[in-house]
Amino acid sequence: MTGIEIYKYLPKTNCKKCGFPTCLAFAMKVAQKQAEISLCPELSPESRQFLEEASRPPIKLVSIGRDKKIETGNETVLFRHEKTFYHQPGLVIRIKDTESPGDAARRIREVSSYSVQRVGLDLTLDGFALDNESGNPASFLRLVETAVNNTDMPLVLMSPDTATMKLALDKTAQNRPLIYSATRDNWQDMAQLALDYHCPLAVSERESPGNLAELTERVIQMGVEDIITDPGADSFGNSVDLLTQLRRLAINKRCRPLGYPSITFPGDHASGPEDEALLAAQQIAKYAGIIVLDHFYPGIVYPLLTLRLNIYTDPQKPVKVAAGIYPINDPGNSDPLLVTTDFSLTYFSVAGEIQSCGFPSWLLICDTGGLSVLTAWAAGKFNAREIAKTAKQFGVNDYVNHNALVIPGYVAVIKGALEEEMAGWKILVGPREAMDIGNYLKRTWRENVL
Amino acid sequence: MTPLQIPVEKWAGKVTEVKLGGNGRKDITIGGENTLPFLHFEGTFPHQPALAIEIQDMEPDWPADLLLSWGDAVKDPGQWARKAAEYGADIVALRLRSAHPEVENSGAEKAKRTVASVLEAVDLPLIVLGPEVAEKDNEVLLAVSEIGRGQRLALGNCTDKNYRAIAASCLANEHVAIAKAPTDVNLSKQLNMLLHEAGLPMSSVLTDPTTGALGYGLEYTYSVVERLRLSCLSGDEMTSTPIICTVGEESWKQKESRSSQDIPESWGAQERRAIIWESITSAILATAGADIVVLRHPRSVELIKEMNGKWLSMT
Ligand code: B12
Ligand code: SF4
Repeated sequence: MTGIEIYKYLPKTNCKKCGFPTCLAFAMKVAQKQAEISLCPELSPESRQFLEEASRPPIKLVSIGRDKKIETGNETVLFRHEKTFYHQPGLVIRIKDTESPGDAARRIREVSSYSVQRVGLDLTLDGFALDNESGNPASFLRLVETAVNNTDMPLVLMSPDTATMKLALDKTAQNRPLIYSATRDNWQDMAQLALDYHCPLAVSERESPGNLAELTERVIQMGVEDIITDPGADSFGNSVDLLTQLRRLAINKRCRPLGYPSITFPGDHASGPEDEALLAAQQIAKYAGIIVLDHFYPGIVYPLLTLRLNIYTDPQKPVKVAAGIYPINDPGNSDPLLVTTDFSLTYFSVAGEIQSCGFPSWLLICDTGGLSVLTAWAAGKFNAREIAKTAKQFGVNDYVNHNALVIPGYVAVIKGALEEEMAGWKILVGPREAMDIGNYLKRTWRENVL
Repeated sequence: MTPLQIPVEKWAGKVTEVKLGGNGRKDITIGGENTLPFLHFEGTFPHQPALAIEIQDMEPDWPADLLLSWGDAVKDPGQWARKAAEYGADIVALRLRSAHPEVENSGAEKAKRTVASVLEAVDLPLIVLGPEVAEKDNEVLLAVSEIGRGQRLALGNCTDKNYRAIAASCLANEHVAIAKAPTDVNLSKQLNMLLHEAGLPMSSVLTDPTTGALGYGLEYTYSVVERLRLSCLSGDEMTSTPIICTVGEESWKQKESRSSQDIPESWGAQERRAIIWESITSAILATAGADIVVLRHPRSVELIKEMNGKWLSMT
C-alpha cells in the first residue's frame, strides 16, 4: 500500500501520539515499513484490522528456538534480483532415535560446535531435527534428553504421536522447538499442544497445495500463529514445482494459509550425501524455509553454507570493507606492501592468505565501490591513477621505507603506468591467485627489495 | 473456501532450439523449453539440459585429484575425448589452451590438427573454445571452422571485440557461435543483436553469461541467468538463446577445490569438497536456467546426470 492509501484510513487529526508530526508523515513511514501501524492509538478497530491485514508480510516471519534462533520467512519476492531474499533458510541435521545414545550425543556436539570462517563471518548450522523413527516413546525421550544436554541450538521434534510429543514438550517447550507435525489425522491435538506450549507448529499435507491450505486454515482457526508448512518437497521431481507454487500463491495471490515458510527433506529419496546436498542447494535457492539434512560432513556443509550466503546476499549492496591501510601479522616498515580492492570477498581472500602464511605485511585497500580486481579494473576504478591516489591519501610513506608495492597478478598490465604515477616506486607484479601469495612473499620479497 | 488455483504463468516466449553435431556425427538439440527450469506444472522441456566434459589440447595444470580421475588420457586429446564419452558426456568441450600467448602461443595449424584428431576419436558434438584472447580466438577458431564444416561445432568465444569474423565463419561453415559477455543481461542481449545483424540466426548462437563459481561471484551469474531466462520467456527473441556455463573451469580455480594443505579442518575432506563445489555450482546454474554445463570431474558429471534424470522422471 502507498502512503496516500494508508492515510485514507487514519483519523487525520495530527495528534502526534504516534510520534510523528502528522498523520500523513506517519502514513509515509508505514508505507516504507519504518513504522508499525499499531503506533497510532486513535485508529478505529475496523481500520486497524484492515491496515494490519494489508501490511502483513505475504510470508510470515516464524522463529524457532529461544537463545539461538532460526528466523525464517518474511520474503517478498520470487527472484532475488527483484529486491533481495531476507531470511536464510535454517539448515538442521536430523538425528534418529534409532541411533545409539552415544553416537547421537557425539554427533550433536560435533554439529553444535561446527563453524567455518568465510568473508569475515562465522558460518554455522542451525539446529537439529529429532526423529521418533523407532515409534517408541522412551527412545524418543532419551534422544530429546541427549539433545537438551548437549546443545542450545533450536530443535524440531518429529513424532506423529501426540502423547509422545507432549512428553517431549514437557522437557523442551521453554526453548520453543518446532512441533513436527500436524497431519490430517492428528491436527486438532497437535494444534492444541502448540497453543498450550506456545511453540511453532509444522503442518504436513503432501497430497496437494490445496489440501495443505485447507489443513493450515483449520489450524489457524484454532489460533495457532507460528506455522511451518510441509508440502512434501523431498525430490528433484517435485521440489521446485511445489515450492514455487507456494511462493507464488503467498506473494502474488496473497493466499494467507500458505503464507508461511516451508520445511523440506532433501535426504528422503537421495542416493547418498552428495545427491542430498544438490537438492538442498536447489532448495536454498528455490524457496525452502527450513532444510532437514540427513548427513553431516564438513566437506559438504561448508559449500552449502557458502551457497546460502551467496544467494541471500543483497544484490543492491556490494559487500565491502573500508579503504585504508591494514596491518597484518604486526608489520614493521621494511615489510611488504600489497594493494587490492575493497570488495569484501577480495579483501578476505587476500588478507586471509597473508595472515595464514605468517608474513608480516601491509595491505592497501582502494575504494572501488566493492568490486573484484578485474571488475574494478575494467570499470576504471582500480587503475594506475586510482591506486596512486589512494597510496597518497593514506600516506603509505609513513608506513614503509622501501618504496615497493605489490599489485595483483591479474592487473599486471598497469605496472608501467603505475610506475609513472608513483615516481621512485618499484612496482612488483604478484601472483594471480591469492592462495599463491604466501609462497610468493617467502620466495621473492627479500631478494626483490633488499 | 473456494478451491485453490495453482498460479500458472502464460509465457509469451520460449528458448530457441539450437542443434549441435549432425552431418555424420551424433547430434543433440538444446533449448525449446517454454517455462522456468524444473517447473513441470507450467510447461515442457523437449530436451534435457546437456552435459559437456572439458578436455584440453595440452596437459592441463589442474589439481592432482582432478588429474588422477583422467589418468594418462590427458596426454592425448583424442584419447581424452574417448574417455569423456565413456564417462557420459553429451558433448565434448575442447579448450585450445596452448594457443594462449603466455602458454605456447600455438596457432592455426596445431588447432586444426587437434580438432581433427578429436573429431576422429569420438562422434559426439564438439565445442571448441579458444584461449580467451580476442585475436588468438579469431585465429584458431576461424581455422577450426573450416575443417569441421557442416558438423555444427560450437565455437567460442565470440565477444563484442571479435564477433564479426566468427559470425561470418559460423554462417559460412554451418557452425554455432558462443557469445560471451561479462555477467550482464544487457551486454548479452546487445551481443546477440550484433550477431543477428551480422546475419547469424539465433538458432546458431549460444550465450555464455560468464560464470562465477560458488563463493566467487556465483550469485551474480545466478541472477543474470535468471534474468536472461525471464526476459526470453516474456517474449524477447534476442535473449532466447540457450545458456552455457563453464562451471568446471571456474570452480576448479578456487582455493576450496585446489588446496589440500594448510586448510581449516572445518573445510572437510578435500576430494568430497572439490567435487561438490563443482556440482553445486552446476546444479544452481541449471536451476537458474543454464542449458549446457561444462564440467571437469567425472563424478560431478555422474551427480548432475542423476539429478537431471530424477527431475525429468519426476522422482
Ligand atoms: C561477479 C562479476 C561481476 C559483478 C561484480 C562483482 C564484484 N563485486 O566485483 C558485476 C556483474 C557487477 C560485474 C560487472 C562488470 N564486470 Co565483471 N565479473 C564478475 C566475475 C564473474 C567474478 C568476479 C569475482 O567476484 N571474482 C572473485 C574475486 C575474489 O576475485 P579477485 O578480486 O580478482 O581476487 C582474486 C585475485 O585477483 C587475487 N588478488 C586479489 N587482490 C590481490 C592483491 C595482490 C597483491 C595479489 C598478489 C593477488 C590478489 O586474489 C583473489 C582470489 O584468488 C568475473 C569473471 C570471473 N569468473 O572471474 C567478471 C569480470 C571480472 N568482469 C568483467 C567486466 C568487463 C565487467 C564490466 C566492466 C562489464 C561491463 N562492461 O559492464 C562490469 C564493470 C562493473 C561496473 N561498471 O560497475 C571482466 C573483466 C575483463 C578483463 N580482463 O578486464 C571479467 C573477467 C569477465 C570477463 N571474462 O569478461 N562483474
Ligand atoms: S497517532 Fe494516529 S491520529 Fe495521531 S498523528 Fe499519529 S497517525 Fe495521526
